[in-house]
Amino acid sequence: MLKVSGLACSRGERRLFADVGFTLGTGEWLHVQGANGAGKTSLMRLLVGLSPADAGDIRWRGEPTPSVEFRRDLIYLGHHAAVKEDLTPLENLRLSAALDGIGLDERAALAALIRLGLRGREDLPVRVLSAGQKRRVLLARLLTRPAALWVLDEAFNALDVGAVKLLGELIAEHLAAGGMAVLTSHQPLPVPGGKALVL
Amino acid sequence: MNALLATVRRDILLALRRKSEVLTAVFFFVIVTSLFPLGIGPEPLLLKKIAPGILWVAALLATLLGLPRLFAADHVDGTLEQMALSPSPLGLLVAGKILAHWLLCGLPLVLLAPVLGLQFDLDASALGILTLALLLGTPLLSLIGAIGAALTLGVRGGGVLLALLVLPLYIPALIFGAGAVEAHIAGLDVGGHLSLLAAMLVLAAFFAPWATTAALRVALE
Amino acid sequence: MGNHGRFEGCIGVRQSIIHWFRFASPQSFYPLAGRMIPWFWAAAAISGIAGLWISFFVAPTDAQQGEGYRIIFVHVPASWMSMFIYLVMAFWAGLGLALNTRVSAMMAQALAPTGALMAALSLLTGAFWGKPMWGAWWVWDARLTSELILFFLYLGFMALQAAIDDPRRADKAGAILALVGVVNIPIIYFSVKWWNTLHQGSTINLTKAPSMAQTMLWGMLLMAFAFWMYSIAVALTRVRAIILERERHTEWVKHAVE
Repeated sequence: MLKVSGLACSRGERRLFADVGFTLGTGEWLHVQGANGAGKTSLMRLLVGLSPADAGDIRWRGEPTPSVEFRRDLIYLGHHAAVKEDLTPLENLRLSAALDGIGLDERAALAALIRLGLRGREDLPVRVLSAGQKRRVLLARLLTRPAALWVLDEAFNALDVGAVKLLGELIAEHLAAGGMAVLTSHQPLPVPGGKALVL
Repeated sequence: MNALLATVRRDILLALRRKSEVLTAVFFFVIVTSLFPLGIGPEPLLLKKIAPGILWVAALLATLLGLPRLFAADHVDGTLEQMALSPSPLGLLVAGKILAHWLLCGLPLVLLAPVLGLQFDLDASALGILTLALLLGTPLLSLIGAIGAALTLGVRGGGVLLALLVLPLYIPALIFGAGAVEAHIAGLDVGGHLSLLAAMLVLAAFFAPWATTAALRVALE
Repeated sequence: MGNHGRFEGCIGVRQSIIHWFRFASPQSFYPLAGRMIPWFWAAAAISGIAGLWISFFVAPTDAQQGEGYRIIFVHVPASWMSMFIYLVMAFWAGLGLALNTRVSAMMAQALAPTGALMAALSLLTGAFWGKPMWGAWWVWDARLTSELILFFLYLGFMALQAAIDDPRRADKAGAILALVGVVNIPIIYFSVKWWNTLHQGSTINLTKAPSMAQTMLWGMLLMAFAFWMYSIAVALTRVRAIILERERHTEWVKHAVE
């Protein structure tokens, strides 16, 4: 369970938000909304522990974050592609798993790529793929890395209609299996239910 | 430990896909050392005397050349963020990146140094000491350089700033590394020089990845 | 925030000892520093004048080095300060990194230019001393070389802080660099010393005047004290400027400036 209370953040002199709090239980997801510059990305980076908060408390299963347990349970996908242009999708997936200390055999990696519609692209350098396809390579990580908490920042950007639907399904499956998710997006999301947080 | 080796494997694989970046530093090393005799004159005695210093300074500068790229690419495409959030300790991944940097940039210099030493009329035993000193010294350069690379990550004028930060810290390695070869040529014992280099290497291997990790976390905030 | 503002005027010195940690906040440190600065300036001026008088008029002429030796009354205290300030700077920077206190990081930032100035002064006076003594403006003496490297370390610290826009990141990056520097300074110093003895450099030692007369020692100590007081006064003045700049959007700064 993720419990956040009294979170405050400022960029330079400007106060972005203060006293943000929410709780997420198993199977729940949070939709973080707000105009450009409201601090959605800053909140996500605070949440995962990339930057320190001015004030507030973030607890994962009752323990303060960031901890190793928290990182083991977390997948964060931000604005960046976070894939290596010179490697193939398959290499990208397997090497990032190895860096996380997770063994990933080729079959499982290939299955994830195929589910994301990259059949036949697995051995091309990522460089030659389109922006949307690069995004799909990154999203394949959701399938290969078991994690209870998904923090996805603008994950639906640059995706075509089919991929949006697919990602919606992936999130729904994740929630049905007892996972949690925090998502940001400007558009309505193709995921049922969910709490809303407006910054 | 697996995560460390995975990082090394990844960085080497990436470098092999883009060979020019590795070769640049090596060619730089070769060209700079070859320029000195042209600037100073072909007098063998003089060249022999200044050879250790020239080879070491050139190795220092060649290492420096590759440092800005050590974390920059991973920073730009977001992989560094993923590393910072990985369940594997960031320090281990950083140590892997430093090791890969040494294998790709330091080790070729060590292997080339004896060949370049021939240009300066160094005899076989002096070449041996030079290689040994560089073998102990170049990992030290990678370790200290990584701290500078992490501190200047994404900063305006990072490359020049990196040189300003790192070069003063390279001085002890230069003194003992070049000193070992000079002492050997002068007929003195080189054990002291080499053990001090080794001691500094051990110290840096403990502290540099830790300081680099701290600097990277600051840069990612 | 508003509550602190009311206290600002009436914090007494006694209270400050009890609630000493409260001065970790810029808002309460600013007026305290303001009250201390004149005293440090006065102490610097008095001891400086006395020190200069002793060193230039009272201390005897050196038998070997003539009048030229008198430059060591500036050179030696400047060298001491340049090394000591780096330690103090690293201490504040480390404290700021560990406890996340803003004023400590600002102190480190305020000390760096003074440290660099001291190192430059030490190099300059060393050169002036070297010209008549060694016949050269610069010799690769172990101390001069270490001082030069120390000067580079100061420049690096200031350049790094200046290059980073976000003050929070600049503070932390600078702190890490200062701590790395502190670990390296002894290593650099001893390696340079080893290098120097190996290469049989100059045998004259800059700071070992053959036999130091009592008055020379007094002059040196007074000058050293003056340099101390000057450094503290300047650093506090600079830290006040940094506080104002960084906190310019807060209510209390608007009041303080009015």
